[in-house]
This record gives sequence, structure tokens and C-alpha cells, in this order.
Amino acid sequence: MIMDRKPLVLGNKTYKDISDDICGPVEQPPGKEWFLMFFSAKALLLFYLISIGTVIATGMGLMGTTNPVNWGTDIVTFVFWIGIGHAGTLISAVLFLFRQKWRTSVARSAEAMTVFAVMTAGIFPLIHTGRPWLDFWLLPYPNQRGPLWVNFRSPLLWDVFAVSTYATVSIVFWYVGLVPDFATIRDRATGKIRKTIYGILSLGWRGHTRHWSHYEMVYMILAALATPLVLSVHTIVSFDFAVSNLPGWHTTIFPPYFVAGAIFSGFGMVITLLTLVRIGFPVFKDYITIDHMEVMNKIIMTTGMLVGYAYASEFFIAWYSGVPYEQYAFINRATGPYWWSYWIMVSCNVIIPQVFWFKAARRSIPIMFVVSIFVNIGMWFERFVITVTSLHRDFLPSSWGMYEWSIFDAAILFGSFGMFFTLFLLYLKGFPAISIAEVKPVLYVGKKKGGHHG
Amino acid sequence: MAKKGGIAGIWSDDDKILEAAAKMRDAGYKKFDAITPFPVHGMEEAVGIKRSMIPWVTFVMGITGCAAGLGLQYWTSAVSWALNVGGKPFFSLPAFIPVTFETTVLFAALSSVIAMFALNGLPKVNPPILHPDLTSHKFALWVPETEAGYDADKIEKLLKELGAEEIKRVSEY
Repeated sequence: MIMDRKPLVLGNKTYKDISDDICGPVEQPPGKEWFLMFFSAKALLLFYLISIGTVIATGMGLMGTTNPVNWGTDIVTFVFWIGIGHAGTLISAVLFLFRQKWRTSVARSAEAMTVFAVMTAGIFPLIHTGRPWLDFWLLPYPNQRGPLWVNFRSPLLWDVFAVSTYATVSIVFWYVGLVPDFATIRDRATGKIRKTIYGILSLGWRGHTRHWSHYEMVYMILAALATPLVLSVHTIVSFDFAVSNLPGWHTTIFPPYFVAGAIFSGFGMVITLLTLVRIGFPVFKDYITIDHMEVMNKIIMTTGMLVGYAYASEFFIAWYSGVPYEQYAFINRATGPYWWSYWIMVSCNVIIPQVFWFKAARRSIPIMFVVSIFVNIGMWFERFVITVTSLHRDFLPSSWGMYEWSIFDAAILFGSFGMFFTLFLLYLKGFPAISIAEVKPVLYVGKKKGGHHG
Repeated sequence: MAKKGGIAGIWSDDDKILEAAAKMRDAGYKKFDAITPFPVHGMEEAVGIKRSMIPWVTFVMGITGCAAGLGLQYWTSAVSWALNVGGKPFFSLPAFIPVTFETTVLFAALSSVIAMFALNGLPKVNPPILHPDLTSHKFALWVPETEAGYDADKIEKLLKELGAEEIKRVSEY
């Protein structure tokens, strides 16, 4: 039996309707909701900048890191934001290679999320170094101290290369996708200012088939390069932990476990953002349909169970290894002083997404919004559990200690959302939030062409 | 493309222009091109465009990035100032793989994009535009003056026969 494909774009639309719908938010003044969200986000951003400034000016002592918990909120939140970025690349690159046409209408916003999440993440290790004005020491540049080079055997340095490559390639991939759409806005523009701005952004794109031929080839190549790249990034982030000898960190399951967790958290954030986009711009409901949201909810549940499997597997291996320190690290996670963080993590990541077994839950906007918030919370706590509970009790009880969460940890964590949402809201206003040139070719998927245009 | 004139026919249906393009190709036109708001499936064959050579750029620059990344690590860790870090070999190949991989991807990706823009002659400052709807919902076939045996009237007739809804002659494009 041949199953009928569901239409990817709802409503009886023509190519012109697509241009009109998607360019609308860019061309018209934004609504009250947008301003409300933008000013809230911007207030939070200002608060964030003040908090960072205070921490940098005064010193890392303001944050809650202690001895032995030398990695705290900065590293936890860095991994959290980097992870969120992964869903964007998964949607834009991996699903492109798998010819998943439903990705077209969500890819642009998911990629924007990637770019902004990686930008938000990148700030944290720079603060964590304690003396951010010397952060250029992270790069291998010729210097007058020998030259003394960076240590290429350190996973922390691999991370510098992985994250900066990931940020660069994500931005380029996103921009290449945007070029034809900028040209559309340029040609529709009535005012001189808009024509100039989008004329510059479009780089003079005119849509010749000879150009499309190179363009499509490069798009595919970027997708093929971004796919192993995204897997490498969270693998290398997990090496920051796994290459050490600390019980709770020194496990071989970390790379796949981190990648699954990253995709899980990223899809959580995609759902959070897209539900808000659908409310803010009702016209996008025809493009980002409930079917799209349902597919992503299925991915959330699947990857949620994958991380659940990883949690269980870590316990099994700790027991099976026969190493008392390793066994204690895991017993301590679930029952020690930080038991609450472990159980928040398990509840949010493994138990709550199980509601998506029910089709009604997968297709309900309020339910998926609430679940996605829990996923975000749960994934932040996962990194907290990994980082803090492993560090606070290692081998010698005489060197045990606790993490001293301070008000600056909270300020920097919550403030970073201000940066992320400010960037995302500006993007929604200034850039076409759905790929115009990619949606048009899938307009007739699941429909019969003809009749309503020509 | 230098600023030269030519003639264009405009369609509003992508299936019809696809047929028209294939007929233009069969009629012996070599330098004509289609202008479409999105990549129309099958248009490359219809216009008679060969496969893009960008994968070669990706391949060569990927190899270059790989060599550059590994070379940088080898030279800094084992030649320029060989430091003993934890008793590991100066040239610790397994530990050098992640950075080598990242530089491979970085070189390959950036060069492919640069090659794409270079081959397409972009960025171009304020290029003339045939019709503003060609990046939205209309499609055009464009024949430049440089086409061998260019005869505007003959081409206009052919474009009309092929179903063009509108004909545009421009002196600068």
C-alpha cells in the first residue's frame, strides 16, 4: 500500500503567497507581543552584562566554584548551550542528507538557534578562565615567550578548535541558506534603506541556474561536512570530562551519551522556540505545522530514552567494574547530598517525555511546550550532576567538599537566556524565519499541483 | 558576466519553463540560462549545465586542512619547542586527531563556500535585475548577446512560441 504523504505546507498557497507570508514579519512593523518579549529579553541581557562585568572586575571568587569543585556553573552552562546548538545542525544538515523534506520549514530557525546558542555558550569558558583579557592564550600564535605553544594533548584545547570550527561552519551554513532569501526581500523592497541593506546581505544573488547548480552542490557539501562536525563537537566536549581520571567522568560511554543528550536538549529548545514563533507569527502555522511538531516530539522521546539508557548503563558499568571509587561516585549521585539534582534530571529527561507515547500529547501545543521546558531544565541538571557530583567527592574523603552556589551563578545562568532570546527575537524580525527558497520546492508535496496558479 | 545586453522571456509556471528550457537547449543554444526563485528540479539538465566542480575544491582543501592541522601540531609540539607533557611522546598522534579533524572540516567548508561565490561571480554590487518577481514567483529564460548567432527577433519569436508570457530586452545585464 502506498501511504499518502501529508502536505508540508497547509492552505492553498501559491509561490507568491509563500514570499508574502515569510517576508511579512520582516517588512511590517512588529506586533505588541514581539516588543514585550524583546524588551524583557533585552532587560535580562543588560542584567547579564552587568553580572559578567562584576564577575570579571572582581574576580572568579564571586562564583560558587570551590576546591574540590573547581568546575561550576560556567562549565555546566557552557555544555548546556553547546548541546542546544546540536539540534539545529541535526535538522539542517543530517536531515538534509537523509532527504527529510519536512525539515525545510523548521531548518532556518533551528539553525539560528544553533548559531545563537553557540555564541551564548562561547562566553562561559572565557569567563571561567578567570582572566578573560588573556583568553588569546588559548590560541597557538607565535609569541615572544619561546615561542611557548599551547598543549595539543589537552582535551580543553581540542574544545577550543571544535567549538570555534563549529561556530564558524554553522554561521556560514546559515548564511549560505539565507542568501537567496535576502535577494527575495531585496527585490520586494519598496524603500531605499531596506533595498540597500538586503542588497548587501544578498551579495547580488540573482538566481541563475548556473549559480543554483554550484549553490546546491555547496549546500550538500556543507551538510556532509557539518554532520560529522556536529558529532565531533559534543564528543570532544565529553572528552573534557572522559579523558580525566575522575570517577564519574572517566567512562567510554560519554561521547555517544553526550551527543544523544545534546540532540535531546536541542530539540527541547526547538519546540520551546517554535511554539512561541507560532504564537507570535500566526501566519507561520501553515508552514510549521502540528505534523512538524509531532515529528520533533518523537525525536525528543527517542533521545530521552537514549539518555535514560546511558544513565542506567553508567550504573551497571560502575557495579560491573568492581572499582569501589567508581561505585561510590554513582551511589553518591543518586543518594548523596546532591540526590535532588540527580532525581530532577531523571524525572525531566526520562520520565516526563514518556507522555509522548500518546498521540494527543504529541500534537498538543500546551503539553509539548511544558515538556520542552522540563527537558531544558533536566538537561541543565544533567550537566550539573556530571560536573558537580563527580568533583565534590572523589578518592580521599579528606578532600571532599561542596559546591557553594552563589547569587552570581544564578545571575549568569539566567542572564544568558537574555542574550540568547534577544538575538533570536532580532533574528525573527530581521531575517526570513523560514527558508523561502527551500519551502517553494516542497509546496506540492502531498498535494496535487495545478488549478490554483498560472 | 560582464555588463552585456540580451533578451529574456518570463514564465509563471516552473513546469512550463522547464520544458521550454529543454527545447532551447535542443535548438542549439549554449549560453542561455534560466533565472528562478528556487532551484527547479531538473533545470540543470534542461539548460545543459555540467556537474559543479566544487567537490574537487572541497577535497583538495580538506587534504590541505588536514596536513596544515597535523603539521601545526607536529611542528609546535615536536620541533619548535618540544615540551615533555606527562611523559607522552612529542608527536602524540592519537591526541592530535581531534584538532586535525577540525581543521580539515574548517578548510574544506570555508573553501567550498568561497569557491561557490567565486564561480558565481559574487558578491556583485547592485547588479541590474530583469524583473523583481524573479526571486519570488516568476521564472525567466535569459539569452545573452554573447550567444553564437544572436538574433534578438528570432529569439523573441522562439521564446513566445515556447509560451513566454512576457519578453524583456535589456542593454545592460
